[in-house]
Amino acid sequence: MRSLIEVKNLFFWYGNRLVLEDITFSVNQGDYLAILGPNGSGKSTLLKCILGLLKPQKGEIRLFGQPIEKFTEKWRLGYVPQRATALVDPVFPLAVEEVVAFGLLPKKKFPRFITKKDHEKIVSALRKMEMEGFLSRRMSQLSGGQQQRVFIARALVSEPDILILDEPTTGIDAAAQERFYDLLGELNQKGLTIVIVTHDIGIVNKHVKQVACLNRRLVYHGTHEEFCSSPRLLQIIGDHHLVIHRH
Amino acid sequence: MLGEIFQYDFFRRALVAGTFLSCAAALLGLFLILRKDAMMGHGLTHIAFAGVALALLFNLAPFPVALLISALAAFLILKVRERAGLYGDTAIAILSSLGMALGIILASLSNHFNVTLLSFLFGNILAVSHFELYSSVALALIVIVSIVLFYHELLYTTFDEESARAGGLPVGFFDALLAVLTAITVVIGMKIVGLLLVSALLVIPAAAALQVSPSFRVCVFLAALFGIASTLFGIISAWIFNLPASGAIVLCAGIIFSFCFLWRHLRAS
Repeated sequence: MRSLIEVKNLFFWYGNRLVLEDITFSVNQGDYLAILGPNGSGKSTLLKCILGLLKPQKGEIRLFGQPIEKFTEKWRLGYVPQRATALVDPVFPLAVEEVVAFGLLPKKKFPRFITKKDHEKIVSALRKMEMEGFLSRRMSQLSGGQQQRVFIARALVSEPDILILDEPTTGIDAAAQERFYDLLGELNQKGLTIVIVTHDIGIVNKHVKQVACLNRRLVYHGTHEEFCSSPRLLQIIGDHHLVIHRH
Repeated sequence: MLGEIFQYDFFRRALVAGTFLSCAAALLGLFLILRKDAMMGHGLTHIAFAGVALALLFNLAPFPVALLISALAAFLILKVRERAGLYGDTAIAILSSLGMALGIILASLSNHFNVTLLSFLFGNILAVSHFELYSSVALALIVIVSIVLFYHELLYTTFDEESARAGGLPVGFFDALLAVLTAITVVIGMKIVGLLLVSALLVIPAAAALQVSPSFRVCVFLAALFGIASTLFGIISAWIFNLPASGAIVLCAGIIFSFCFLWRHLRAS
């Protein structure tokens, strides 16, 4: 199976503090990988290295077979940042349509004007997220769950190969989280590769196929079933966090 | 009486220069406010003051010298902010104070603390020459066209810089572009409304538009409209009531902001 992300012997320091130590793993087409770990374990740093936002001091990252330094098709990685809903400021009068249009810009060449065809893509991405009725609505008028779906529509509108989400359910109520993860599961079933960083194993394990546990080092990387049946991992994560409801 | 004033060449020049400046400033101001960088324009006016004083000291043209110094300072503000681990307004405060201090020293050295320097501090839109009109219009057009061409990129980097960077957009370029466009606008504005009041044209019409706009697209249109209306009403009322034009323009902008503020709160209640 084609490898979309390959991380080899990755090290990252913030000043003198070692945050990521000798990380090696890969993500294949069709995977649904959850990267788990406590606060400060280096999850978001790892994601930022993969996205090219941070440059690791040592190690190698390859995206779609190319070294990250030479990889130019960034639109192939759809990204939903941590606390995305916190970006929504009531003073900033952005409509849903305008936010989703941002996702098209990396794929376009200068001048990056939004065409009629782009508009159809925006509507289609919102439809996938069951949000097409909110096209002209101001972002600040939506609930946290609805805003999060708009951010996923933004990530999907460029038709990426991978969807990368960083702690996507922060600030979203339990019912909306449930629906949100169901939508991710449906997208994965349709062939989209998903990488999600979270501490929330209780919800994620409903759909994920692979689990990676990070605590500066990669403690575990394997299938969801192995993860759930490993007593050592239960000790690391704490079995009270594991609520298995995989269908 | 109102028809009569339009017959004067200097009055028509003032209207044209003011219209272009206020449009450019209002469009730019929207992005500065939403980036929480509203003081950038104010800071650059202090630095432009040093540029004007330097030009007067060496008998050079104030426009290009002030433009060069302000543009360099704009870059420096971005670098200090990035490297020194400071909040944006701290970098602006440091450099603007240094600019003002340098301006005062240069002005005292050149014995040019006179009418010429004061005209740049307070502006004199009714004394805009043909050359100043053409250069102001050309510079304002650069600002407006740049904003139109990079509208979506500027909006994206303003809203969510991290995702824009992750998508491969050159965020640093757009930060620098906004800083340079602000420097250009400040320099155009120093002759028209004066260095002390030009930041008002950057901030007030955009802030008024943000009070009442349902979407960013409408906001862009309203900000430009409010900016132009402030300038036109300001110049005309200055003529009618024999007031300083720069003060009248900014007061008109303030009145428009007050109406928008009240309208928003009445609608909400």
